[in-house]
Amino acid sequence: MLDYISGVITFSLIYVIATVGLAIFTGFTGLFSLGHAAFFAIGAYTAAILTYFYDVNFWLALAAGGAMSGLVGFIIGYPTLKAKLRSDYFAIATLGFGEAIRVLLENLDITQGARGLPGIAAETTLPVTLAVAVLTIWVARNFVSSRQGRAAIAVREDFVAAEMMGIDLFAVRLRSLIFSAVCGGVAGGLFAHYVAFIQPSMFTAYLSTQLTAGVVAGGMGSITGPVLAAVIFVALPEMLRVANIWRLVAYGLLLVGIMIFRPQGLFGYQEITWRSCRNFWKRLTGSRAEPAKGGQG
Amino acid sequence: MNLLELNGVTKRFGGITACKEISFGIAPGQIMGLIGPNGAGKTTAFNLITGVYDLTGGTILLEGKPIQGARPDEIVQWGVARTFQNIRLFRNLSVLDNVCIAADLHETYSLSAALLRLPQVSRRERAIREQAMEYLAAVGLEERAALRADSLPYGLQRKLEIARALALKPRLLLLDEPAAGMNPEESLDLARLIRRIHEEYQLTTLLIEHHMDVVMALCEKIFVMNFGVRLAEGTAEEIQTNPDVLKAYLGEGYKRAGN
Repeated sequence: MLDYISGVITFSLIYVIATVGLAIFTGFTGLFSLGHAAFFAIGAYTAAILTYFYDVNFWLALAAGGAMSGLVGFIIGYPTLKAKLRSDYFAIATLGFGEAIRVLLENLDITQGARGLPGIAAETTLPVTLAVAVLTIWVARNFVSSRQGRAAIAVREDFVAAEMMGIDLFAVRLRSLIFSAVCGGVAGGLFAHYVAFIQPSMFTAYLSTQLTAGVVAGGMGSITGPVLAAVIFVALPEMLRVANIWRLVAYGLLLVGIMIFRPQGLFGYQEITWRSCRNFWKRLTGSRAEPAKGGQG
Repeated sequence: MNLLELNGVTKRFGGITACKEISFGIAPGQIMGLIGPNGAGKTTAFNLITGVYDLTGGTILLEGKPIQGARPDEIVQWGVARTFQNIRLFRNLSVLDNVCIAADLHETYSLSAALLRLPQVSRRERAIREQAMEYLAAVGLEERAALRADSLPYGLQRKLEIARALALKPRLLLLDEPAAGMNPEESLDLARLIRRIHEEYQLTTLLIEHHMDVVMALCEKIFVMNFGVRLAEGTAEEIQTNPDVLKAYLGEGYKRAGN
């Protein structure tokens, strides 16, 4: 039982890492991606191949997975972002990219095609994942509160005005894409060494959608929101496993409900901080006497 | 040498010529007005100067160096800042953050330092905020720094746009109808503000405006456009008595009504 719980937590944290990366890209820079599973897959395969065939150290392999994903992010981002593909067009480009990577993985020799890689060393443990997740969140938070992060937010808010603030749209968007790709790659590497078996069909558009849904449901412009959403989205279907196929219905309902009642996401632009928790607690305990505020979801 | 020089600047959108053979120059330290009826091509001229549109023909020189074909953000880095006719603030962000984003232009700490949040980054961040507060104080918005930008009343949003442009430390400031939607009293108040920051920050200013009292009070030189072409050019005096300008824009009754 304890194993099971720690497994679910590890799994959630792996998602958290990828989701935080995507939060920087989608939530803070304002571009949508429907192909981030590809970065997850690239990280997973790079790291797995390195430990499986070449006996590379796990941590080195993990870093290599992140680096490889970042490099691919650069290669795919350079032409699409340079051409100023925006919003829906860019999303469709990433959708194609995601599928292309999957097909590539199915046909390469080194990835052993659709058979996948069985028997990868199970190096990913809860403490390892937790450490990487905390590091990722810390770095993401630092980014958001820096001048580079503000530039990304400016691009999301109004890219014409941002350009008039001397911000290079291309550089900002590419930087965010690479950041999210590296996070996705590291998460993929952890994933591969946790489940010990990977095959291309694990990294479909379903995974991409799930990651993007986590960011949107958690709140565009928040880091803690998507973190919480990622945990809910992984843990909830796990816990509902007893309900069999209905769990996917519940998952869908949850998403629809969030979009109807909290279109800005669970946390909107807010972060979960000690102060916001305290305020929330005060509202819960002491707000009886006060008139209820309208529009609070 | 003129700070900004337009030579035969032309812009066509399909069959429509929005700007045709526009040529003028602004000397350093000058306040110049760009006026004309709606649709005359004034904002298009701004968009050409700031690199939002590519030119169809002609050249634009900033301190003698051609800037046409450069990206908008490069032109900003070379010292040109602007405000927008239809206010373009970062509406969901705080008043202070709006100005911080502009002040970031001259900040240099590296991405790796930012990601690791080295102590120098926190120090520099404090300095940026202090600097931004100074620019807010220059337009009288320092008490509203923590508010969301879109919660400000219209007139103050325009002032925030000016503060944001100032934080870019420009040499050339382009103001696109800063007094739009203001009553005569407010617009004269704004004219005083523009005059003050123009002198305090040693700017060169190019101003699009429909409030003639603002234009006449501020501008040493005025360029009049109509249907994308030059209609007239001269001092406030000359423009107010120019029969073409009276007919096309100011109205025949302007002189009598104005004085």
